[in-house]
Amino acid sequence: MQAPLIQFIVIPIVKIVVILAVVLLVVAYLTFAERKILAYMQVRLGPNRVGPKGWLQPIADGLKLFAKEDLIPAKAEKAVFMLAPAMIMVPALLAFSVIPFAPATDLFGLLPKAMPPYVTDINIALLFVLGISSIGVFGIILGGWSSNNKFSMMGGLRSAAQMVSYEVPMGFAIIAVLLMARSLSLVKIVEAQQAAHLWFFIPGILALGIYFICGVAETNRNPFDLPEAESELVAGFHTEYSGMKFAFFFLAEYTNMLVVSSLATIMFFGGWLQPFPNVAWLSFLGVIPPVIWFAVKVACFIFVYMWFRGTFPRYRFDQLMQVGWKWLIPLSLANLVIVGVGVLLVKG
Amino acid sequence: MMGGPLEPLFDVEEMELSFGPQHPSTHGVLRVMLKLDGEKIMDAKPIIGYLHRGTEKLFETEPFPQCIPHTDRLDYVAAATNNQGFVVTMEKLLGITIPPRAAYIRMILAELGRISSHLVWLATHAIDLGAITPFFYNFREREEILDLFEAYCGARLTLNTMRVGGVPFELPDGWVDQCSDFIDRFPKHVDEYEQLLTGNRIWKRRTIGIGVISAEEAIEMGLTGPPLRGSGVKWDIRKVFPYDHYDEIDFEIPVGSNGDTYDRYLVRMQEMRQSARIIRQCLDRLPEGPVMAKVPKVLRSPEGMVYASVEGPKGELGYFIVATPKGTTPYRCHVRPPSFINLQALPEMVQGLLVADLVAVIGTLDIVLGEIDR
Amino acid sequence: MTDEKNTPKPEDQAAAPAQPEAKPPWLDKPVTPEHADAMDDPDVAALAAGVEGAVLSADAFAGELTITIDPAKLVDACRFLKKERGFKFLVDMTAVDWPEREEGRFDVIYWMHRFDDSRRIRLRIVAGEEQSVPTVTGVWKTSNWMEREVYDMFGIVFDGHPNLERILLWEGFNGHPLRKDFPVEGIDTGAAVQPDVYPEGGGPLTEEEGGA
Repeated sequence: MQAPLIQFIVIPIVKIVVILAVVLLVVAYLTFAERKILAYMQVRLGPNRVGPKGWLQPIADGLKLFAKEDLIPAKAEKAVFMLAPAMIMVPALLAFSVIPFAPATDLFGLLPKAMPPYVTDINIALLFVLGISSIGVFGIILGGWSSNNKFSMMGGLRSAAQMVSYEVPMGFAIIAVLLMARSLSLVKIVEAQQAAHLWFFIPGILALGIYFICGVAETNRNPFDLPEAESELVAGFHTEYSGMKFAFFFLAEYTNMLVVSSLATIMFFGGWLQPFPNVAWLSFLGVIPPVIWFAVKVACFIFVYMWFRGTFPRYRFDQLMQVGWKWLIPLSLANLVIVGVGVLLVKG
Repeated sequence: MMGGPLEPLFDVEEMELSFGPQHPSTHGVLRVMLKLDGEKIMDAKPIIGYLHRGTEKLFETEPFPQCIPHTDRLDYVAAATNNQGFVVTMEKLLGITIPPRAAYIRMILAELGRISSHLVWLATHAIDLGAITPFFYNFREREEILDLFEAYCGARLTLNTMRVGGVPFELPDGWVDQCSDFIDRFPKHVDEYEQLLTGNRIWKRRTIGIGVISAEEAIEMGLTGPPLRGSGVKWDIRKVFPYDHYDEIDFEIPVGSNGDTYDRYLVRMQEMRQSARIIRQCLDRLPEGPVMAKVPKVLRSPEGMVYASVEGPKGELGYFIVATPKGTTPYRCHVRPPSFINLQALPEMVQGLLVADLVAVIGTLDIVLGEIDR
Repeated sequence: MTDEKNTPKPEDQAAAPAQPEAKPPWLDKPVTPEHADAMDDPDVAALAAGVEGAVLSADAFAGELTITIDPAKLVDACRFLKKERGFKFLVDMTAVDWPEREEGRFDVIYWMHRFDDSRRIRLRIVAGEEQSVPTVTGVWKTSNWMEREVYDMFGIVFDGHPNLERILLWEGFNGHPLRKDFPVEGIDTGAAVQPDVYPEGGGPLTEEEGGA
């Protein structure tokens, strides 16, 4: 009785709590990072009042949002209105249950045997992440609809169309990776890159591009931030939300960025693997623990997200659809054929 | 895009959307009642007047010199040209010739105002289309212009810096150097903005072919300023009816060709460079002498009506003053607000476009509600 | 700034001893513009010939030409000026209130621009208090809002205007503020902004009144 109890209940719960805490903290500091990075791109300083150099700003923001009055518009559909923030936040967090950010480790001998630090490794992990992140769109649609506000409604509708059309090329881009890795398990994908001595972004450079563009669109970030477009829809689907409910939408956006960046790292940049493992004079890089490598790669993607935001104007709705259907889908299909032929030729 | 099919494709109910008056992209308190089929604009009806303060009525109660502060509050992002319009009209009515130094100082102030107005336009226009970074770059330079204004007259926004017969103050020590330093740097900053936007594919897709208005249509609708020049009509009050000493200055009128949002953007970018050029020449040639003409203590008007206009950043800004014999106040003072008349073209320009284009077109018309509502 | 040599006052230095009165114009008395009859101006003559009986008088003042025309001939005159004389651009229009005047209370004033030689003329018609003025929206589209503004501010009705509503003030405002008898400090017009939505006394609606 004792051993299964520990193995199936205690250890997972500890892992879940730790991962949840870390993810939420990272997400909170992503907002800080975004404000700082944008500030430096825009010749200003960014938040610098709360704590040393502003480092306590996210905490203060969190406290403020907790203390805010929670407004529900009089004519809103109350149950759905309350449900929507949860429907967008929960799937975003759920995705982290299968994201392998480091290999099995015994924590420098603290544990009796090596144990994976991520919650679980299921053999359909990639499918699971795609599926679960699609649920997030319901949160946006329902949030927009239940607010009883025309701007929110339009934001919700835009988001629905956008997510549906960008999930297709994203799926095709991912299939290209699957062809190379021959597994849906995220751990296996990393191990396949290790075995091949080749990170998949080299053969899958096109897939990476398509995946990341779609990822930006899926997370409603600039230049695809039409569902919330401040200057057109006045924040779109979350116009009517305040306090923690608004914070949920906000955090979910950053969590989704983290998910998309993590997946990109795992699928194309070898996850936790160190670069150049076979180059002798770079072997000192092995000292750095795998989880740091993972974090650094994810951070690069996150930075690109913020860079986009500082640089690009916003697409118009029909142009966004055009980019998705007329460019990305044909491209991703062509890429699928090329990668397929390539895999056949190499592996026989 | 214009004149596209406006009948709904299916038997649908049009959605009415009240765009504004509290909306971040209507640049103030403009309200546009939209009839939408999905996101497509079937009809747009601007509703204005939320900022109406009865300025024209107030003019009738104030002695002539005291009307000038009221003009500041019309186009409040470019107060200098408003002042200039009023005093130029008054000087025409009273037959006053101003000293050349005063005219040059006026031109410098007006062109600085034009640059700062165009900077605000570019900042808000870009942010409306989702590009947030130009905003901060533009406001960095605008800040320097406001500092120059502050050094000259103590005010930053509502300047009240011109008088009938000249300008109230001599330039403070070091002002010319400060201004000339800024003007020398400014074209490089314009390059910076252009680097962010001009060649940007998304920016081009959002602006080319949006809100097109032909030259004939623009004249028919009474457009002036960059919206008219964007359609290819080479027309600028500074050249056509030179006031102050613009006839001594060498500058060009940038014109577009397609009359779309992108061309109007290019026209305004060029205008900023031309304004810098004008200021450069004014600073180099700044004559010596008094800054005020000899005018009576109490201004008394002859009977008659005069109209004079200046090229404001938004278009032709005209003042029409009806005076009674020996009057000390205008009997009637009417302002020709360029934004008011330019805004009239909005419904025609946005019909058949999408909601996202509406903010682009509002931005490209560069309206200021203080001037529209008066 | 104290360098007097660059002062562009050539006549000051050259002729100062001989003619002490030849001061630069900005130090001299202002030259008040004079009125002059301008019936022989080519545009006025063409208008008088083109539209029978339209021109009543013409006045030149401060380099500007003001033609007073017969209100009944306004649209014809405008169309003639636009089509035949090239005044394609209606710069602006407005009105002036002369409550004491016998020939009619309002001046309605139009001014227009010709691009070919950058010439501007001004048309003026006199309208009585109860008299409506024909619209020129058929000639220049841009006069639509201008006429609405004049209607709003002076209460002059424009016959045939497609959409004669108040523009700066709200529907239901009582009075026309730019008339001389409207007090500057305003009047209590007694009209709520949206009387059917917001009850007298302001404040949000209660449940019974249809609010939530």
